Amino acid sequence: MITLENVTKIFESPSGAITAVDHVSFEVPEGEICILLGPSGCGKTTTMKMVNRLIEKTGGKIFVDGKDIDDYDPVTLRRTMGYVIQQIGLFPNMTVEENIMVVPRLVGTPDAKARKRAAELLGMVALDPGIFLKRFPRELSGGQQQRVGVARALAADPPVLIMDEPFGAIDPINRETIQDEFLKMQANLKKTIMFVSHDIDEAVKMGDRIAIFREGRLEQYDRPDTVLAHPTNSFVREFVGGDRTLKRLRLVRVGDAMHPGAPYVFPEDRIGDAVARMHEYGHRSIVVLNREDMTPTGLIRLAEVEEARGSCGEHAMRLPGRVHVDADLRRAVSEMFTQDTTWLACVDSDGRFKGHITQRAITHLLGETYRHPNEGVVPDTRRQRGEAVLEPETGPIPGAPA
Amino acid sequence: MGMAVPRSVWMWVLVVGAFALGAWAQSAGLIADILWRWEDIVFLARQHMQLVAISGGLAILVGVPLGILLSRPAMRRMAETLMQGLNVGTTIPTLAVLALSMTFLGIGTVPAIFALWIASLLPIVRNTYIGILEVPAALREAAQGMGMTNLQMLWRVELPNALWVIFAGIRTALAINVGTVPLAFLIGGGGLGELIFTGIALAETGMMLAGAIPTAILAVLTDFLVATVARFTVPRGVNPLAR
Ligand SMILES: Nc1ncnc2c1ncn2[C@@H]1O[C@H](COP(=O)(O)OP(=O)(O)OP(=O)(O)O)[C@@H](O)[C@H]1O
Ligand SMILES: [Mg+2]
Repeated sequence: MITLENVTKIFESPSGAITAVDHVSFEVPEGEICILLGPSGCGKTTTMKMVNRLIEKTGGKIFVDGKDIDDYDPVTLRRTMGYVIQQIGLFPNMTVEENIMVVPRLVGTPDAKARKRAAELLGMVALDPGIFLKRFPRELSGGQQQRVGVARALAADPPVLIMDEPFGAIDPINRETIQDEFLKMQANLKKTIMFVSHDIDEAVKMGDRIAIFREGRLEQYDRPDTVLAHPTNSFVREFVGGDRTLKRLRLVRVGDAMHPGAPYVFPEDRIGDAVARMHEYGHRSIVVLNREDMTPTGLIRLAEVEEARGSCGEHAMRLPGRVHVDADLRRAVSEMFTQDTTWLACVDSDGRFKGHITQRAITHLLGETYRHPNEGVVPDTRRQRGEAVLEPETGPIPGAPA
Repeated sequence: MGMAVPRSVWMWVLVVGAFALGAWAQSAGLIADILWRWEDIVFLARQHMQLVAISGGLAILVGVPLGILLSRPAMRRMAETLMQGLNVGTTIPTLAVLALSMTFLGIGTVPAIFALWIASLLPIVRNTYIGILEVPAALREAAQGMGMTNLQMLWRVELPNALWVIFAGIRTALAINVGTVPLAFLIGGGGLGELIFTGIALAETGMMLAGAIPTAILAVLTDFLVATVARFTVPRGVNPLAR
């Protein structure tokens, strides 16, 4: 846990005093990622560097796990925190392996153990240890260097990480990948992380909480969904962007907005059974599943088969679209637009049918917070932790394809 | 910085020079004249290199730590003024340094070594200081942020990353040193200058060349030696010659 109380930093410069951080108070709970977000020069880096005392604060208090950081010797304090600097800062005279081993060596970890750890960590940031361990930083691309920087910060397994734009130099595609990898890692490691970014999308994706800064002042400190749904002032509203509600789509997993336990039939079933089941559930359509592997293969619409005879297989139409239960709602909405439908079948990794999702269910879910203000849709623990995010709506949703 | 002349250029100058000189010397019967003095040459060359080794060695032993000391944050302000002073110092001709040294220490090996030491000290101090200062601030910040003490940072980050520049300073210093040693003869320091200056005084070209040619060869060999040491001691990741 990192606690800031009224933290202030005033730089004395020849052209006068600059208040870089102005009475900032907030708390990063144990095991969470807090994103410091804001335009260039708003004091993100300064705030972060006061935590590991690279910059001494002018006023206020900072506590790490309840202990005042001023009571520590700075060197000891820093060794308990992984640090990723904005400029990457790999040591060019050392190999990738030696770079990662710096802190373990400082704290006296046996070499063999540190070496093993270096290889492990490199794998974790998706670089092949066989290829990269013995390379020098100048032999890596910017993005690869940044990954090594992250691995280096994790080397001594510190409980606290402070990272200054750790993925800034990575191209968008690889950035998504490494963000996902990092979140997966964090799900196991549960570090307390302070993470600087100036990218709202990254903040929404990575953050358990977002701290938005402007000119040294903390404008809003909330969960991502709250920041997006209820910006506290016009600055935050503008900063998060006019499409802020669309951004919220990323925060919810399909599985959490899906209507589970939807009825289905098999191709061999008689069409009468399908009609009966649709009436029973009050649905206007029903999914046809392959009996062997439970994958959805088609759809039957009530309006077209009410008087029909024969098997379900004969009357099945093309399935309008499907989406993975672990995908986010943005993916689902995109798929709906692509397929020109308001309904999608939800499947798991084996392609098995899990339920369906409708546009109305999504709108309803996103609108919830406006009907009950002061509550974000996404509860405390994030989807990356593998926990259920919210109670899905109960009861049938009669929103099948028109 | 320092050492702007690449080794290959030196080699060419040497090869072409030696060839032209050889052709001319052959016709003048000078080669026989030089070889006739072989024993003198060996004796004086050894003395010559002793002067280089002692004065150069002492310059490295004092210059590098002094450069490091001046690069410490606490010394920064003073260091700048001192560097200005040292820069003025470099403009004093070495012959003048020798003369001054003789004035205070008299005649012989000691004043010669002292003067040579002073002359080689400056490039070493300056390059060590600048080399460390030029280590990117981001590396320092990373080192500090990861919990290195100042000494650990110096040893593991600053020195290895400044080493190439430090070696360049040593190369310059030793090049100056080897080239200045002949002058040391003038204040009784010995070395190959004895053949050169006596040769000039007696208008004996053979004797003069018997001192000048070995001096040139020793200069090139010394430079080559330092370059080789640099090549194998500077960490591969910051060594422009290692790929
Ligand atoms: N050492 C310093 N001396 C004087 N002013 C400083 C110093 N360091 C930072 N500042 C000023 O403090 C303010 C905040 O700087 P900071 O580096 O924290 O910004 P930032 O939010 O990290 O910006 P960026 O996104 O560009 O990295 C800026 O106005 C900057 O000019
Ligand atoms: Mg910054």
